[in-house]
Amino acid sequence: MALLQIAEPGRAVAPHQHRLAAGIDLGTTNSLVATVQSAVTRALPDEAGRNLLPSVVRYLPEGGTVVGHEAQASQAEDPQNTIVSVKRFMGRSLSDLSEATGLPYRFTDGAGMVGIQTAAGERSPVQVSADILSALRVRAEASLGGPLAGVVITVPAYFDDAQRQATKDAARLAGLTVLRLLNEPTAAAIAYGLDKAAEGTFVVYDLGGGTFDVSVLRLTRGIFEVLSTGGDSALGGDDFDRAIAEWFCARHGIAGVAALAPVAQRTLLTAARAAKEALSSHESTSLALSRTEGDALQAILSRAEFARLGAPLIARTLSATKRALRDARLSTADITGVVLVGGSTRMPIARSAVKDHFGVEPLADIDPDQVVALGAAMQADVLAGNGSGDGWLLLDVCPLSLGIETMGGLVEKIIPRNSTLPTARAQEFTTFKDGQTAMTLHVVQGEREAVADCRSLARFELRGIPPAVAGAVHVRVSFQIDADGLLSVTAREQGTGIEAHIEVKPTYGLGDTQIAAMLQDAIGASAADMQLRALREAQLDARRLLDATETALQEDGALLSETEMGTIRQALFAVADRLETEAPVTELREATSALSAATDAFAARRMNASIQHALAGRSMDSLA
Amino acid sequence: MHVSLTPAAARHVEKSLAKRGSGIGLRLAVKTSGCSGFAYALEFVDTVNPDDHCFDNHGTKVIVDAKSLAMLDGTELDFVREGLNEGFKFNNPNAKANCGCGESFAV
Repeated sequence: MALLQIAEPGRAVAPHQHRLAAGIDLGTTNSLVATVQSAVTRALPDEAGRNLLPSVVRYLPEGGTVVGHEAQASQAEDPQNTIVSVKRFMGRSLSDLSEATGLPYRFTDGAGMVGIQTAAGERSPVQVSADILSALRVRAEASLGGPLAGVVITVPAYFDDAQRQATKDAARLAGLTVLRLLNEPTAAAIAYGLDKAAEGTFVVYDLGGGTFDVSVLRLTRGIFEVLSTGGDSALGGDDFDRAIAEWFCARHGIAGVAALAPVAQRTLLTAARAAKEALSSHESTSLALSRTEGDALQAILSRAEFARLGAPLIARTLSATKRALRDARLSTADITGVVLVGGSTRMPIARSAVKDHFGVEPLADIDPDQVVALGAAMQADVLAGNGSGDGWLLLDVCPLSLGIETMGGLVEKIIPRNSTLPTARAQEFTTFKDGQTAMTLHVVQGEREAVADCRSLARFELRGIPPAVAGAVHVRVSFQIDADGLLSVTAREQGTGIEAHIEVKPTYGLGDTQIAAMLQDAIGASAADMQLRALREAQLDARRLLDATETALQEDGALLSETEMGTIRQALFAVADRLETEAPVTELREATSALSAATDAFAARRMNASIQHALAGRSMDSLA
Repeated sequence: MHVSLTPAAARHVEKSLAKRGSGIGLRLAVKTSGCSGFAYALEFVDTVNPDDHCFDNHGTKVIVDAKSLAMLDGTELDFVREGLNEGFKFNNPNAKANCGCGESFAV
C-alpha cells in the first residue's frame, strides 16, 4: 500500500504519474541523496537519521562491501582496503595523480584509469563510486517506496569529459538512470535562486572535501546565466587535514605523513579532520597519535595556528575566485552575494576570508552540505516530468558560441556563448547571387570572427531554392540545443517551405582545456578579428555592387553614351582590381563609393526607362 | 457521515501546517483516475467551498467535498511509518478493491 503525502491545493498528483526522482551529490568526502515530495525538497536520511553518507567503501577479503559510516570507522585499521576520496581518481590515469605517493593504496595502472588493488580484487574508481551510488539508491528507494525513474548527479564544474563519463558509467553500474549531470555550483544556485527568488550576480564558493569550485552566476527571475567558472580540482578539506597532519609530524620530528605506516597515516588524518571540525566551534583542540612502536604523540592546535596553516590554501581559493571574476569582467563591487557550499565552508577561516574579500556576509542559510543535493533533486523532479509547468529548467550553458559561416568566411553567431540550455534561436539569411538555388550551411563553434579560427561542426546544404534575384529569398536558419546538449540546425526557405536539417553534438571531442584555449584565443585576438570583419564586409559590399553593375550594363547598356560607359567601366575595374589584390579596407571602400557614385545617373535612367516601358501605350485615363 | 483522523495523522497534519505557515486544514478528496477507477488526494486547505463538509478531529479540521464524501464516509486516515517510508494511509470501508500499488481503489 503506497503511503500518501499532503500536497499544495490543486497540486495533488494523479496515481502512477508521479515518477520518483532524486538528486545525488556524489562528493569527495560525503555523498547524499535528496528528493522532492509534494513540493517539499529534503535530503533522505538513513535508518539512524543521518543525511550524509561518507564516500568511503571498504572491501572485505570474503568479497563483502561496506559503504559509509561503518567503512569510515575501519579506515584506520584497514587503510589499504578502505577507499576514501575516490572521486579524485575518477577518469584519471596513474600518471595524472601527483599525490598518489602520499596515499596508502596499492595503485595499478588500469586501462585509461588507475586501479586499486584491494582484498576483494582490483577495483576501478568507477566501481568504487558505483558502490556509493548503490547505497544511496537503496536508501532512496526504501524511503520513497519504489524504484527511481531517474537521478541527477552533480559533478564539479571543472570535471572534464573523461571524469564526467566515468561518473555516468558508475551510475549505470549502480543501476541508475542518469537524467543528467549537473555542475555543483549550478545546483546550489537552483536551491537558492528558486527558494528565495533572488536577483543579482552571485558567486558560488564551493569548498568541498576534495575540490574547490567557484562560479559567477547571474540570477534574474529564476533564469540563471553562468558568467564564468573557475576553481582547483585538487584543493579541498582533505588538504586542510593534510596540512594539520604535516604540522603534527613536523612538531614531533617525523619526516612527513608519507613516512608513517599506512595505519598511522589514516589515524593521523582522521584525528586531523576531527581537530579541524572541532576548531569550527572551539578556540583550540588537541590531537593524539598512538603508534605501534608504543609511544603516544600529542599536540594542541589553536585556531590561530590553524589559520596560519590554512592561509596558503585559502589564498589559493581566493586567487581562483579573482580569476573567475576577471573572466566575467566583474569586480567584487558587482557581486550581490556569495553562496557558500561544501562542508569546508563551515571553517571560520574560510567564511571570514570570503567575507573580507567581498565585503558582504556570505549566504549560508541552506545547509552547505545539502544545498547541492537539494538543487539536484529539484532539477531531477522537473526532468522526470513532475514539474508543475512553471517552466524553469536551468540545465547548463553552451560553453562556446554557435553560428554559421556567411559569405567571406565570417561567422554569424546564432547562439551566443553561455546561453542556458535548452535554447533555440533563429535568424534569416538570404541568397547572395541572382538565381542562386542552393545554400551551403556550415555550422561552427567558437568566439572568433573568422570561420578558419573556429571549430567546424557540420556542413549541410539547402537545395531547391526557387531562382530569384539576390536578397529576395528568405531562408530561416534555426539552431536548437536540447537538454542533453544535442544541437540541431534547420534551414527553411520561407516561400516554398523546403527544409534541410542536421544534428550535431557540439561538445563532442572538445575538452574543457580546449574550450578554455579557444576562449583565451578569442579574447587575445578580438582587435585583429574586428579588422578582419571590417575588411570582409567591405569586400562583400564591393562584390555585390560589381555583380549588380555588370548585370545592369548587360541589360541596359544601350542607355549609356560611350563616355559614360567608359567612366563606369573604369570605376568597375578599379573595384575589381582592389578586390583582387586584397587592398586595405579604406582603399576598397573608396573605390566602391566611386563606383556607386559613377552609376547613380545610370540607375536613375534605368528606372525612368522601365517606368516608360511600363506606361507605353496606355492612356492617362487607364492610369487614373 | 463522518471522516476521521487517527491521533498520529492529526499530529502530522498540524506539524505540516505549522511548517507551511498557512492553511486551515486538510482536504481529503476522491478523484476519478488511476488503475482501479478512483484515487485519493490529500491537499492543504486555503479556502473552503460552499459544498464542503468540515469535520473536526483532535482539533484538526478535515474538509471533504460533497461528492467525495459519498465515497469516503467512514474512512479513517492514519499516519504510518513503514521502514524508511512514512505517509498517510486510508482505511476506507467503501473500497471494495485496491490496486496493487494502493494508490487507487474501486467502490
